[in-house]
Order: sequence, then C-alpha cells, then structure tokens
Amino acid sequence: MTAFLALLLRDMRLAMRVGGGALMGALFYFIMVAMTPFAVGPDLNLLTRIGPAMLWLGALLASLLALDRLFATDHDDGSLDLLMMGALPLELAVAAKAIAHWLTTALPLIVITPVLGLMLNVELSAMGWVALTLLAGTPALTFIGLIGAALAVALRRGGLLLAVLVLPLTIPVLIFGVAAANAAIVGPAPFGPPFTVLCALSLASLVLGPFAAAAALRQGLE
Amino acid sequence: MAVIDLANPTRFLTLVDRVLPWLAGATALVFAYGLYRVAGAPDDYQQGATVKIMFLHVPGAWLGMMGWGVMTVAALGTLVWRHPLADVAGKAAAPIGAAFTFICLVTGSLWGRPMWGTYWVWDARLTSVLVLFLLYLGMLALYWTAEDPNRSSRAAAILALVGAVNIPIIKFSVDWWNTLHQPASVVRMGGTAIDTSILVPLLIMALAFTLLFFTLHFAAMRNEILRRRVRSMRMMQAQHA
Repeated sequence: MTAFLALLLRDMRLAMRVGGGALMGALFYFIMVAMTPFAVGPDLNLLTRIGPAMLWLGALLASLLALDRLFATDHDDGSLDLLMMGALPLELAVAAKAIAHWLTTALPLIVITPVLGLMLNVELSAMGWVALTLLAGTPALTFIGLIGAALAVALRRGGLLLAVLVLPLTIPVLIFGVAAANAAIVGPAPFGPPFTVLCALSLASLVLGPFAAAAALRQGLE
Repeated sequence: MAVIDLANPTRFLTLVDRVLPWLAGATALVFAYGLYRVAGAPDDYQQGATVKIMFLHVPGAWLGMMGWGVMTVAALGTLVWRHPLADVAGKAAAPIGAAFTFICLVTGSLWGRPMWGTYWVWDARLTSVLVLFLLYLGMLALYWTAEDPNRSSRAAAILALVGAVNIPIIKFSVDWWNTLHQPASVVRMGGTAIDTSILVPLLIMALAFTLLFFTLHFAAMRNEILRRRVRSMRMMQAQHA
C-alpha cells in the first residue's frame, strides 16, 4: 500500500510541478467552453439547452489531452521498466497512475465547472448537479483512456491514435453523462437512472481498465 | 487435423490452397441461388421493391458483428495460447468485418432515403452500427501505425477484447439514447415476424455472405502469411547485404 501511495504522490507531484500538465486540462476546458458561444452565437436560451452537452464534450476532450503522456514520459526515462519489475502488481501501479491523473486533470475541471456554467446561462443550483455527473463520470473516461494510453505506449505511438482508439469506447459515458445532466437542468426525465448507470460505468471501468492496461504494457514491452 | 497442427504456416497454406477453390465455388453457387430467390421474393405491400435492399443490409450487419466475434476468438488465441496463426486470423478479419459493416451502413442509408425520406437518421441501430464501424477503423488505424507485426498483433488483441466487452454496453446505451427503429423481428420471443417467402431468401443470402466472409478471410490469411515471409526475407537480405 505504501508503494501505491508513493507512486500516486510521485505522479501528482510530477504533474503539478514545472512541465507537468496538471492545470492544462482545466485551462483547455475553460477555453473550449468559452469558444462555444462564438461557434453557435450568443443566444442565451440556446446556450442553456446545449450547455450540459458542451461541458461534457469539453471534459471528454480535456481528459484525453494529457493521456498520451501518462506512460510515455515514464517509458522514455526508464521508470516504466522499474514499475513493471517492482513488487507492486502492475495492475495496481497503473491504477495509481490513473488515479493521480484523474486527481490532477479531471478534478480541477470539475471544480471550475460551476463558474463555466454561468457563462452558458445554466443556473448555479443546477450546476451543482452537472458537476456531480462529471464527478461520477470522469473516472470512467480516465480508466478507459488508460487502456488507450497503454496501447499507444506499447506501440510507441501517441497522440491521435489514442483519441481514435479511445473515443468510440467513451460513447456510453457521454450518453449517460449528458442525459443525467439534462435531467438535472431541464427535466422532465428522472435524474436517478442515467446517474446510476453512469456510476456503474465508472465502477466497471475502474475494475477492467487497470487489468487491460497492465496486459497491454506487459504484451507490448516485453 | 488438430488445431495445433495448423500452427505450422506451411501446413496451413497447403490446406488453404486445397480448401479455397471449393469455398469460392460454394460461395458463387449459394450467391447465385440466393439472388435467384431474392428476385422471386414478393415485394412488400408498403415498401415495394425497396425491401430487397434488406437482403444485402441484414446479412451485412450480421457479418459485421461476426467479424468482431472472429477477432475476439483470434485475440484469445493470441493472448492465451500464443497460437501463431491467431494474430494472422485477427488481422485478416479486421478489414473484412469493416467492409461488411460499411455495406450495412451504405445499404441502410440508401434504404432510408425512400422509406424515411432521409439518408441518415440518428436512430439507435444505425448509430450502434456506426460506432461498430468506428471501432473497426480504430483497429485498422492501430495496424497501420505499427511497423512490427508481433507488437501490433498483441495490442490489437487487447483492443479486440476491450471492444468485445464494450460493444454490448455501447449497444445498450445507444438503444437507451434513442429508439426509433423497428424492434428486432427475425429472432424474438414467440417466433419470427417475417413471412417465409422473405425469410428463406434472407437466410440463404446470410449463408452466402458467411461463405464469402470465410473465403475472403482464408485468402487474406494466406496473403498475410506470405506478406510476413516477404518481410522477414527482406530483413534477412538486408542483414546479409
């Protein structure tokens, strides 16, 4: 457990110091949401209607941004080999890295979501619910992306390949996330069912993601 | 002959050479008979002759899904048994499955134009087939970017398994998202809802498509084995030069 925590803290420190991308995801998210009115026009009613969708799309793309560096930097400086040979099971090691990634990229993004909601004319009371859907859904994005990151580093390719592999797999998360957010803001459909499915998706990918990612690393780097 | 005997690519190649002409002949015969039966099938009382698109559309969808099934089995063969032909089988199945999925999308779109008045609607089934097609394209992209076949085959096997777990989830969520299409009507509780005059040609066409799939698959596997031999010969030549 100490090794797990040490790895988690190491990755968080790396992400927050110079050269890390901790706040870059949140900044990208902010810019993307700010670009939306330029694309669809400043009509406040329209922005209310598409607000949750834009917030979710922004979160999805922002969580992809830093993913290709999740294993690539460790692979370049050799620390990934140490992780693979270490006493900590590789599944737990990649899970620690994914949790650190979530804490440094997804969490800041969720924190600023209520403020961004104001710019999209979503009421502050409803923004709490949207932030809650992001809190429940972004772990699924990170842990599905984890598989893509492991595959990309095993193939020594990053960037676009990762997005092409991962994005279709995140469609269920997007569907249920936006459905829950819409239910919270405009109704009339109940908030419960899509939200619970969203939680289920996160929990399932929390279990499956590390195993698939560890398998990809083992197969790719042996 | 046991499956393990096929691990020898040379033995597999001789088997393919023996089987392939028969398979191709059977495909042509069943296609000819199927098309004859399709021509004889009655028009729909509402949809007229456009219902005949279904005889390409539905088998295309089935084979598109089966293609991922073949890839999943091949992925297990690669990761669990390290069967040397399994990754060849998986790699050969990807473009063929993508092509059948594409046939399903194109015919569905052409069928939708006269029936729904538009080439594309975001209804549940079309969308989930589209997502399947996107997954196939991701798989092909993975093969395109990797130079070393051994490395890419294992990564592709993991992606195939991840996709196999995810495809039912995607299907379920897209159904939940939007249901506009008619519900499943060939296999359902209480027997089929399709008249036998349509169902029999449809099943014959499905058999023809399946035979076509395996003909193409065997041919593609043979080509892939030969391509890898050419590659290793080139590498040896480069080493000795």
